[in-house]
Amino acid sequence: MNAVIQLWSGLHPLLQMAIKGLCVIGVLFPIGGACSLVERKISAWMQGRPGPNRAIPFWFAWVPVVGPLLQRLGVFHLMADGGKMFLKEDPVPGHVNKFYFVLAPVVAMIPALTTVTVVPFGAYLDDAGKLVPLVLANLDVGILAVFAVSSLGVYSLILAGWASNSKYPFLGGVRASAQLISYELSMTLAVLPVFLWVNAPGATGTLNLFAVVQAQSGSGLSWHSLWFIFYMPVAALVFLVSLFAETNRLPFDMAEGEADLVGGFHTEYGSLKWGLFFVAEYGHMTVGSGVFILLFLGGWNPLPGLPLADLAAWLHLTHLPIVVGLLSIAIFLAKVLFFIFVFMWVRWTVPRFRYDQIMKLGWQKLLPLAIGNLIVYAIAIAIHQLQLGLLAWVGLAAGVVIAALAALALSPGKTTV
Amino acid sequence: MPYVVERKPLTLAERFYLPQIFAGMRVTLKHLFAPNVTLQYPGASVGIPPGYRGVPTLVKDPNGREKCVSCQLCEFVCPPKAIRITPGEIPTDAPTAHVEKAPQEFQIDMLRCIYCGLCQEVCPEEAIFLQNQYSMTGYTRAEMVNNKAKLYELGGTLPDQHHKWDKKKAAAEHGNAH
Repeated sequence: MNAVIQLWSGLHPLLQMAIKGLCVIGVLFPIGGACSLVERKISAWMQGRPGPNRAIPFWFAWVPVVGPLLQRLGVFHLMADGGKMFLKEDPVPGHVNKFYFVLAPVVAMIPALTTVTVVPFGAYLDDAGKLVPLVLANLDVGILAVFAVSSLGVYSLILAGWASNSKYPFLGGVRASAQLISYELSMTLAVLPVFLWVNAPGATGTLNLFAVVQAQSGSGLSWHSLWFIFYMPVAALVFLVSLFAETNRLPFDMAEGEADLVGGFHTEYGSLKWGLFFVAEYGHMTVGSGVFILLFLGGWNPLPGLPLADLAAWLHLTHLPIVVGLLSIAIFLAKVLFFIFVFMWVRWTVPRFRYDQIMKLGWQKLLPLAIGNLIVYAIAIAIHQLQLGLLAWVGLAAGVVIAALAALALSPGKTTV
Repeated sequence: MPYVVERKPLTLAERFYLPQIFAGMRVTLKHLFAPNVTLQYPGASVGIPPGYRGVPTLVKDPNGREKCVSCQLCEFVCPPKAIRITPGEIPTDAPTAHVEKAPQEFQIDMLRCIYCGLCQEVCPEEAIFLQNQYSMTGYTRAEMVNNKAKLYELGGTLPDQHHKWDKKKAAAEHGNAH
């Protein structure tokens, strides 16, 4: 193992970065593809169907137990679909703006694959016993970079909708842009309390996602070991709902809207260009779930109060950085995959909102909630760090109760959202 | 009688919306693990109930003789005119010469047949039955016309014990012909 590490350290840094990047894309891209199959299977099971279970290469049918099992799980449909997507004819309709039409799927893929560079997906212990993040670019701006790049994804929808020169794609693009702008606000505001908490006054400030996970990595029964979802549930909720909207998933898939807009922005697309949109959506989902997990669900820590470092020490793995790294990646990926399942679970539970309901939910409910949440946590963190005492806490609680009652009394009860 | 559905104002839990979503998610999760209801048709099929009216077929009697005497009642009653019979004589030296007639050719066009069962109902000889076969496919129109050989192949033998023509022959031999 030391030989491998030495070989790796001997490589040119640029070559190292390229290999790391390819490895990450090599994981993210298949996850995107596999998600399409998982989506089909889960939707089928939730609807009482077996789902895709036919395709099997003839030579694989001879394998006794594994062959039929994989066939029933529909694994080969994934390859058949992918192969079809690559090989089928790629028509460009005559009425489209060709340059932007071709550009749009590329623009969709770039943010989906770029945001992953600043997302730490694991950690290992170095010789000094210090936790080092596994991340392509350990930027100090962290979360800011994620927001900045991932919101570029909406350009692909607008471009696709506009370049298609057709009314339904255009409507889909317009809806997508309005929706994403509305929910971006709540999402960013929901994240602020987390960073207020992470950055103690006087210390060097950071927006780094690794620092957020470190703040949730206390061991044993301590205030420090709780994940942020436990003492910022409202922020987590607002972030999660906005994440659904940002990734264009049901119940917020206004951009596609199969029922009323045919296919929305990708109506005119086919073949691999359509497939790129698809993979980009799943890429966004993967990265979005990853960010949620880092911010609110303790990142690669297996349990609250049981951080990765403790687990490694408990399993006597501290001297094996590669094993610890793989373990942390496995824990993180397991959480991400669970969240992708939640995305699908919600998709087949909640029907799509009407457009006005989406706008109302975004601007009239989530945004005030996010702002109120930010104010409350700003005051709470100030009280905590300035040691203002019990009276200040009581005052804050009373303020929250009064504000909540006023909001309930003043909001019209007859609206459905 | 018309009545007014009362639209109650939403309760507090409903206005928060989330309890409703969690209840819905519980339902979908239950369905995730519930057994599938799909019948994978060509591999498995629902059982055919007794009295099922599938493709019309011709049957033989226990002696292996064709029961149809080509009276052409089914041809006349057939609403979509799917049946075409070419009646024929039975040669006098044949062992079944005591039977009146037999069809020379009997065609049912399954592209026209509406599975109404009137042919079965009208048949005085109990020779035509709608049986369990329900899936007819073919690549050409000609393939979809069942001829006599095909109809008997589909129909098989009806295990009845009437032996109408044998009794008639025996009566004739005893000088008691009708």
